[in-house]
Amino acid sequence: MSSVSSMSQLTREIRESARKLLRDGQVQVVIGFERGSLPLRSRPCFVRREEDIDRLVWDGCCETNLARYLPKRKEKAAIVAKGCDSRAIVELIKENQVHRDQIVIIGVPCNGMIDGLLIEAKMGRGSIVEDEGSAEKLILKRTNSEEILDRTDFLHEHCKACTHPDPVLYDVLVGQPSAEAAKDTFSDVEAFGARDEEGRWAYLVHEVGKCIRCYACRNACPLCYCPECFVDASQPRWVGKSTELSDTMVFHLIRAFHLAGRCVACGACERACPMGVDIRKLNRKLQKDVKDLFNHEAGMSLEEASPLADFRVDDPEQPMVDP
Amino acid sequence: MTSMTSMTSMTSAIRANTRLLRKKRMESFLEALLQDGLVFAPVRKGEMLLFERIESARDAVLGQRNTKNSPKSALFPQTERLFAYRHHKEGLAIEAASTGDKERVLFGVHPCDARAHLLLDRVFGGSTEDPYYAEKRRKAIAISIACTHPDPSCFCLALGGGPCSQEGSDLLLLDLGDSYLVEAPSERGRLLLEDKSFEDADEESFDKAELIKRTAESSMQPAAPLWEKATDEGMEKPLDALFDDPLWNDLTESCLSCGICTYLCPTCHCFDISDEAGAVTGERIRTWDSCQFPLFTRQASGHNPRPSAKERFRQRIMHKFSHLPKNVNMTGCVGCGRCVTECPVNLDFREVLLALSKNEAT
Repeated sequence: MSSVSSMSQLTREIRESARKLLRDGQVQVVIGFERGSLPLRSRPCFVRREEDIDRLVWDGCCETNLARYLPKRKEKAAIVAKGCDSRAIVELIKENQVHRDQIVIIGVPCNGMIDGLLIEAKMGRGSIVEDEGSAEKLILKRTNSEEILDRTDFLHEHCKACTHPDPVLYDVLVGQPSAEAAKDTFSDVEAFGARDEEGRWAYLVHEVGKCIRCYACRNACPLCYCPECFVDASQPRWVGKSTELSDTMVFHLIRAFHLAGRCVACGACERACPMGVDIRKLNRKLQKDVKDLFNHEAGMSLEEASPLADFRVDDPEQPMVDP
Repeated sequence: MTSMTSMTSMTSAIRANTRLLRKKRMESFLEALLQDGLVFAPVRKGEMLLFERIESARDAVLGQRNTKNSPKSALFPQTERLFAYRHHKEGLAIEAASTGDKERVLFGVHPCDARAHLLLDRVFGGSTEDPYYAEKRRKAIAISIACTHPDPSCFCLALGGGPCSQEGSDLLLLDLGDSYLVEAPSERGRLLLEDKSFEDADEESFDKAELIKRTAESSMQPAAPLWEKATDEGMEKPLDALFDDPLWNDLTESCLSCGICTYLCPTCHCFDISDEAGAVTGERIRTWDSCQFPLFTRQASGHNPRPSAKERFRQRIMHKFSHLPKNVNMTGCVGCGRCVTECPVNLDFREVLLALSKNEAT
């Protein structure tokens, strides 16, 4: 990834696009990012007036998947989209949650988002880091000096493994497209699969055991848009209310199944999780299964049907019920 | 130090209830507590600090940033059995839940979290005492540690607390390097100070402690105001007047309606009750609930008086800064900052309050 634009350049271009779109009345709102209230935090912002346009920024902390804010929106919206955000938008359009002509996508090639927890863990509390747009380096600011850090050391795990950093669908592209991204080898899924059954189960039990059922994973997920989630249903009640494993595990397993063939691997669930649950372990396995069985990757094309919402006469699998 | 004598007289009362604990004695002191009771403390789990029950003194981690989860779960667990039942030929046998009679030591609590228990006491105590909470609380000892390095997300000072506040603590530890100066604001704490692990503190330790306290407090100064024109009467009235302000729409648009802010909050205390019913046996449990969830207020008819994130977020603010002050005469926030740091979209309610207060009718 050599051809990168500086963050301030991207910020400028995003603001220019936003200004034009709002001024021309093409959209009523621009959904992007603004600087947050804490170091290393940028956050969603909704710009409707020209005087708010300069709140928009782009940096290595724009970790929310903004596609989450599109369904049910009545106004015409422009949205700042990384590779993963754009893939979620593709899925939402295919699932009739968003109308293509109701949105304008401002695509931004992404260098991966920085994990503030990792910076704190490795560099100490209160570390101040500057991200100038290079894919390779971060600048750690000390009182009287600076230190160059390897940016890739501080990315979120799923960003390190990202195979589609560039937007797949956009109306305006700011910055330069990245060079070829790595091909997904699913080596993580294979490594996990190589463990014996007890080992796999023990790992999942350990991870799900941390869950406090705040549902941040579900609510941050752009594709978890069910009007009523199965865990919230009370008539009938599908799952208990406790934090016992029998309840939390059901939530995570069913959620993973619901996302099979739809999850765009953005990692928004894990970034939102306060307890550090390895939520994507299950999603990644299903992603691989869908790839192996149907040669399908979610969110890559508007035309390609979703394998689990489609029917083929030459389906490789026999029907599960006797005719 | 302008007037040594006045300071000495001022602090003499505190000094009588203050002793020194060498760090090398800490482990044996904790082990003794572990012998008699259940001890909960900050523990390191991967890159996270959690507040959990410990089995060994060595698991406790002191003097770090505040734990991810608050200590309230030691007194008000996320899932708690209220009673169990069993059908048999003669009828129904009910078995009441018991928390046992062991002491619960909440060790290494930050002063903000210790204060939070005073709010929980008012909610779960009073004329309609919650026996499940009260039983645990009566046997609880809070051993706090003063915050020497508050975070940018901390704002206890703005809410009447402080990094070295004693409120709600039985013992308060102050890190002096190779020892702790230990203050005992409560009778229960004073009894603990009689343990042989403690020794009398020398003048130098008191001076050192005083300096550390002032440094900690001044590192949080000036405390950013939560309300632009703060008055002695608090925020209740102006907040109530802004209930229908259109600004709530803009301020809460990014809210994901997840339960992080409420579940990690040391004072949030809402719960749900449900039955885990089997064919023959079953139990009634209570579990934390969150006003941020749509289900929290959805009525049987399907109508929901708080249909969107806006109403729910507003509820959380109103409950803490208007309803609780009116109902129990205490603000429902101690400024621990968890909801600020842990919100996935950095929806910082301090900014929400400030923005609202600028809209206050003049």
